[in-house]
Amino acid sequence: MDVSAERKASDGSATMGKARQAFTERMSCSGTGAGGMAGCTPHAVSADLTSEIWEKVKNHPCYSEEAHHHYARMHVAVAPVCNIQCNYCNRKYDCANESRPGVVSEKLSPEQAADKVLAVASTIPQLTVLGIAGPGDPLANPAKTFKTFELVNKVAPDIKLCLSTNGLALLDHVDAIAKCNVNHVTITINAIDPHVGARIYPWIFYKHKRHVGIDAAKILIERQLQGLGVLAARDILCKINSVMIPGINDRHLVEVNKEVKARGAFLHNIMPLISSPEHGTVFGLNGQRGPTAWELKTLQDSCEGEMKMMRHCRQCRADAVGLLGDDRRAEFTTERIAALGHKYDVEARKAYQARVENVRHAKVAATRRQLAELADCADAVKVLVAVATKGSALINEHFGHAKEFQIYELSATGAKIVDHRPVQLYCGGGYAEEDRLPTIIRAINDCHAVFVARIGGCPKAELIKAGIEPVDEYAHAFIEKSAIAWFKRYLDRVKTGEIKHVERGEAATAHASIISAA
Amino acid sequence: MPFKIVASQCTGCSACEQECPNVAISEKGGIFVVDPKKCTECIGYFDEPQCVAVCPVDNTCVLDMARPRYAS
Repeated sequence: MDVSAERKASDGSATMGKARQAFTERMSCSGTGAGGMAGCTPHAVSADLTSEIWEKVKNHPCYSEEAHHHYARMHVAVAPVCNIQCNYCNRKYDCANESRPGVVSEKLSPEQAADKVLAVASTIPQLTVLGIAGPGDPLANPAKTFKTFELVNKVAPDIKLCLSTNGLALLDHVDAIAKCNVNHVTITINAIDPHVGARIYPWIFYKHKRHVGIDAAKILIERQLQGLGVLAARDILCKINSVMIPGINDRHLVEVNKEVKARGAFLHNIMPLISSPEHGTVFGLNGQRGPTAWELKTLQDSCEGEMKMMRHCRQCRADAVGLLGDDRRAEFTTERIAALGHKYDVEARKAYQARVENVRHAKVAATRRQLAELADCADAVKVLVAVATKGSALINEHFGHAKEFQIYELSATGAKIVDHRPVQLYCGGGYAEEDRLPTIIRAINDCHAVFVARIGGCPKAELIKAGIEPVDEYAHAFIEKSAIAWFKRYLDRVKTGEIKHVERGEAATAHASIISAA
Repeated sequence: MPFKIVASQCTGCSACEQECPNVAISEKGGIFVVDPKKCTECIGYFDEPQCVAVCPVDNTCVLDMARPRYAS
């Protein structure tokens, strides 16, 4: 038995106790409104987790949806080699304006990577996580990957480490992963059936041999699932990434979800296939389409059971820097890092992060108070709303400056982030780009409202015409609290007959086709 | 015949350098080149040439027809 397993066994009852206590706290908080606030501990922020796991995820933007509003991550591109080929990946393509996994502008040595981490952590105090995600596979470059982790552990021990792998070489490196204190590992698993896998992976390179077809997929899947089991047994948190490819693995991913859940995965992230012919990938060139936002959400909803589904993934590059959705990598090229001259101040970082925690707790408390007002709404109505934000969980972006909208689903149980939609800026250099408005409206057409800090008269009128309510009265307020307050009023207006609730977007079309079929 | 790397197709990922049993591959200005004096076509080491098997771009590690086959 390894040490951590032993420790877990010995204090297992205490951990269970804490989890149950936190759960009880949450129930009492939502039930009693403002009066129950005093008893809310930070653990209750996400009370369905044990406090041990909460400590690991609370400031990891990829593992905690809540954390991604406040904390930043960075990837260092030290791992160029890959040991498998995927039909959605083309390593030749490299463009600074392109954001998708596997793409990177500048490869780094472990020493350059450690310097970059120091420079970024000194400039962006919210930075809490360093990940190695490629541009190849970190575990096909074990020397560079683990050397980087070792160096960062030395110079910035407060930074959490994680890596993202295809899992083929995972079993060979479990000890090294544990030794470097890497406590978050993401494994990309797109299939558990080799016949499905063979349509996604043309080949793998394993034990000095290129394997193709079913044989290749079989080896890869076996190694991935075994690796997941071993990591989970050693208390290393595992996130599973799956690329949703319509017609190939879209239905199959429900099976994948069940399997990885049974083997101890912590979080499942189903991402849409990115495929354009100009990327030069096999799928891009043969016309394989990605899923629509509605298809993706329907699949994610059907997998959402005991295991949490990740909804806030931005499918970032292997050299991304900053908050998810706000890539600042251009500020940290090797040249600029050398010019920066940085001082790593752990205390200043701690002080900054303590302030962030205060904001976070205020936000959670405000959301709870607001949620209590929904307690008597037993309504089954669900609506989507779009939010313009530049971070800190606030409605703090102008409609015209938004590069993306976060999509929240509102129901009697509260507000849940379900998607994000990248859009082209409506305002370009002080003037509005009128032809972009229809594409923005199309991107959020399944939403009933859009929450913004400010919005001009013209887009406001167009949104209303399209049936989307522009809401600017909650400018600079917390997203969830404001959305719940708006939803409460929405339900009241439906109840009094002032407005009629109608489904929007593809959900409405699907609903209509079910009715017409019946 | 040693292998050579088609420069215009090389992604510079270094996978071949890592796998070559003869340490015949090295980087030159972001892309990789094979030292024809060291390449044994992996004969004596593996059933298939490792640079070909691991390269992410097909037809990038190819036999250099201008040189004679490797004789073990």
